[in-house]
Amino acid sequence: MSRLLGDGRRARTFRDNISGYDKQLNFAVGALLLIGTLLVWAATRQWFASQGLDPQYYLKRHVLNIVIGLLLAYGTTLIDYRLLRAYTPFVWGIGVLGLLAVLIPGIGSTINGARSWISFPGGFTLQPAELAKISVIIGMAMLLAEARDKDSAPTHIDVLKALAVALVPMALIMLEPDLGEALIISAAVIAIIGVSGAPSRWVIGLLLLGVLAGFVAVKAGVIHDYQVKRLQSFVNPSADPQHSGYQLRQSRITIGSGGIIGRGLFTGPQTNGRFVPEQQTDFIFTVAGEELGFLGSGFILLLFGLFFIRAFAIASRTTDIFGRLVCIGVIAWFAFQTFENIGMTMGLMPMTGVPLPFMSYGGSSMFANLVGLGLLQSVHLRSR
Amino acid sequence: MNQRSRLSLIVTQTLVLSLMLALFGRLFFLQVASGLKYQSAALSIQSRDIVNPAIRGAITDSSGIPLAMDRPGMQITVNRSAVDALPDKGSAVFAQLGKLLSLTPAQVFTKTRLCGELAIGLRAGCWNGTRQQPIPLTKLATEAQALKVLENPTIFPGVDAAPVPIRSYPALAGENAAHVLGYTGVVTDADLANPNKRYYLNEVVGKSGLESVYDTFLRGTPGVKTLIVDRKEAITSVSQNTASIPGDNLVTHLDARLQSAAEKALSSSVQRSRSLGYHADSGAAIVLDVTNGAVLAMASYPTYDPNMWQKGLTPAQAKDLFSTTSGVPALSRAIQGEYAPASTFKSISIVAASAAGYNLNARYNCPAEVKVGTGLFKNFETKSQGNINLTEAIAVSCDTIWYQIAFDQWIKDGGLSPHPSLNDYFFNAARGFGVGKKTGIDLPGELSGRLPDRQWKQAYYDANKNFYCNYGKRAKPSDLTPYLIAIAHENCLDGNKLRAGDAVNFSIGQGDTLVTPLQLVDMYAAIANGGTLWKPQVAKAVLTPAGKVVKTFAPVKNGKIPATSADISFLHTALRAVATRGTAAGVFANYPIEVAGKTGTGQVLGRNPNGSAKDDTSWFVSFAPAAAPRYAVVMMVSQGGFGASVSAVGVKDIYSAIYGVVGNKVDPTKAIFPSSGPVVALPKVDPKYAKLPAGTVKK
Repeated sequence: MSRLLGDGRRARTFRDNISGYDKQLNFAVGALLLIGTLLVWAATRQWFASQGLDPQYYLKRHVLNIVIGLLLAYGTTLIDYRLLRAYTPFVWGIGVLGLLAVLIPGIGSTINGARSWISFPGGFTLQPAELAKISVIIGMAMLLAEARDKDSAPTHIDVLKALAVALVPMALIMLEPDLGEALIISAAVIAIIGVSGAPSRWVIGLLLLGVLAGFVAVKAGVIHDYQVKRLQSFVNPSADPQHSGYQLRQSRITIGSGGIIGRGLFTGPQTNGRFVPEQQTDFIFTVAGEELGFLGSGFILLLFGLFFIRAFAIASRTTDIFGRLVCIGVIAWFAFQTFENIGMTMGLMPMTGVPLPFMSYGGSSMFANLVGLGLLQSVHLRSR
Repeated sequence: MNQRSRLSLIVTQTLVLSLMLALFGRLFFLQVASGLKYQSAALSIQSRDIVNPAIRGAITDSSGIPLAMDRPGMQITVNRSAVDALPDKGSAVFAQLGKLLSLTPAQVFTKTRLCGELAIGLRAGCWNGTRQQPIPLTKLATEAQALKVLENPTIFPGVDAAPVPIRSYPALAGENAAHVLGYTGVVTDADLANPNKRYYLNEVVGKSGLESVYDTFLRGTPGVKTLIVDRKEAITSVSQNTASIPGDNLVTHLDARLQSAAEKALSSSVQRSRSLGYHADSGAAIVLDVTNGAVLAMASYPTYDPNMWQKGLTPAQAKDLFSTTSGVPALSRAIQGEYAPASTFKSISIVAASAAGYNLNARYNCPAEVKVGTGLFKNFETKSQGNINLTEAIAVSCDTIWYQIAFDQWIKDGGLSPHPSLNDYFFNAARGFGVGKKTGIDLPGELSGRLPDRQWKQAYYDANKNFYCNYGKRAKPSDLTPYLIAIAHENCLDGNKLRAGDAVNFSIGQGDTLVTPLQLVDMYAAIANGGTLWKPQVAKAVLTPAGKVVKTFAPVKNGKIPATSADISFLHTALRAVATRGTAAGVFANYPIEVAGKTGTGQVLGRNPNGSAKDDTSWFVSFAPAAAPRYAVVMMVSQGGFGASVSAVGVKDIYSAIYGVVGNKVDPTKAIFPSSGPVVALPKVDPKYAKLPAGTVKK
């Protein structure tokens, strides 16, 4: 234990930790967790009750996920993130193994066209991509921060090594296929390379490569039919009105019908009528839109804004390059995921199945989100 | 931190916060700027209206006898939610229902599908409503069928039977009045799309006749229950539930007994004409109150059963309504039939001649024929009457006097090179009587007839010049006779000009002149009442079911005919002479009611579908009593032959009904109207017409 906590420092007490956290960051996440819990409940209570099932089924599981996630987050803050480097290859390896495991029939299960889940007895499932995401961020940060002075930039070799760390899990995720997760990791990769001080042609080159890869993937049929349909229905919602087009249209109407003050928590007719499929997971923001209106859902956006401002503050303040790169990776991950998810529900972005951080129902994603929070707080604690 | 690293951090931060701002902007647009639009979109997704039809108001005659009313029918309905939940999705129930109602199971299946559930082309008979509403299979089930359904819920799960209103035309006095009353039907998609009308799916609305003109009063307000449903169409809540409000009753000027009498007189005139060897394909009879334009009866032949629509029109019936072989029963001859007025037009010619300065009391020569330009125009029976006064000319219906006068006036107006300022006495008189103009009766589809004046000539020529000038190429081979080619050539040269023949034909109501029977009787009503042209009106008042007056329809003046009081009193004398010593004297000999009127026998060009030449139009238009006129009556039988022997007899039958004439005596107890005329006071309409009698079937 003492080795883990490192450098002969006194082990941090619980009290030290709590008082040392960035309180505004915790406030933002706490508020999002609380509102998200209410929304998951609102999205599922009437539906389950009408089926004669326990209306609090999702609520209970969601709260359980949050509790586990908060324990994971607390655990993460206990660990000196700098020591994580030593374990990075191990974490990365587990992530890759998990990604390989989902591809094996019998272990991986398919939900919504993507083989992304490992099922455990008792109805629990895990999404290895969520873990892989964290291992990629830490792995890249380690490679790009290692063995250099504060003011020197990573070499091309460093960048190539870092890219290799990212590429293996990304390739496996694309095989599932889970376009959303792959895009999130891409965003984190580009942000980390950019902030690492690497030559800017890397960033520009990678962005161009991304566009080219997307184009080739669609043309060559690597991207699945349903993904092409989703993209088409984004451009033209009547192209596939029964499925993704229907979902996007319903989603937009549900948010828009909330108006300024909303229809009231638990009383949204669109939500209670289950007109938006997957509402407790990827479309949780529509519940906020309908039931809490512009005031409530605008407040949620402000909370995310506060979260990002605080996260950037932590990234700027730390003098440790590794810590900063971890922070920027986490920020890019959350920023892309938030924008993609909320943008999708409002018709700004095409449909990819990514959950809304801290709010959507779903264990793996909730755990990963809170570990991400733990990483940010861990950097914060150790940069004072 | 190196410079590039710091810059990248700032760029990333700016980018992330801009993305958040973009989300905020989009949220504002959706919820604040477009919130109302999305709220109504959401409502249409979630809500389903169940419409409970209102009792439609009755249409009654002036004494309160219902001509149209709702009567209880028995409706058998299928509840889709219940039937869909059955293990076999209802196929056993459909088979049982088919057996019960003499339908095939496939028919029951189609009738219970929402139209959107079936492929286009297979939708005939589909349900144009919502899934939550009980879907009707029939409204005309027998009590036995209803009982079977209600007593065997295990055989008929999800099936119900309940009383519903059915529009009914009870014909209590034996009247038909189909063309006046019109009919009702299910609202069309076009009406539904009209935002001003606020109709609901499957609502019954007036489609024709009074049912359509006064639909807003008769319709009432349907009760609406709005259900909020979820994605699987399960009901989650009820957002509004209003009861239906019965429609108002429409009281008309019609009298059911007179209507019935007019219809019988018309149809027996048609039969009489046929027995005389004429085609007699159709006809009309109208009775107006000359003091206010009230329509007391209006009959059209052939007709149809107005209850046919409620029983469900078969394709054969629908075709028959518009087929020429059955005489196009859908057409109301009274307002939609246009015919040459023939000699009945001479009353207008009297007014024209008087305006032109002719002395109505002078004597004029009535030769057998008159040479007009190069043509020879003959009297109807090529008989010379010698020198006669104009009263006799009207009584015996001399044509040649009018040929001469019209020809002289045509010459005075410049003949084929008309003067810049024209007198056009005949056209102006006809225009003043309303020829070529709709009367404005409160019935849909009225035609205007035709005034073939100089402007009409020009317009007609412009439209047909090419045809006449290329007649050889464009005409049917069968029409290429030397005579027709010569006429076409003449028309090509100066068809836009009013020729002498046009002018003289016009003066006796032949040629291109057309009037509807309603226009003609309205003109004679004006002659009868001293000169006022009334707008004919069927509706008298609108009453609430409780009897409160919502609206009364006051008489409306369309204008004055251009006749001096001397002209009018001359016409009263002359038209009375028609019935005492003129063309109708035989018909009205010893008749106790003093009838004044005019016969007309209109020549019709063209041929019947079987190739025979068309018979003459038989007219008799009249008013009575001649001394103090109250009623104007017209009868027209198309291809009916002579005016006197066919239509005048029919008109006499109508007067007999009005006054109670039996033999040659008046029996006041048999009279439809008292000697003071039609009832003025509004009747009490039985309040039971606003209620659906309780169903006899109980669960």
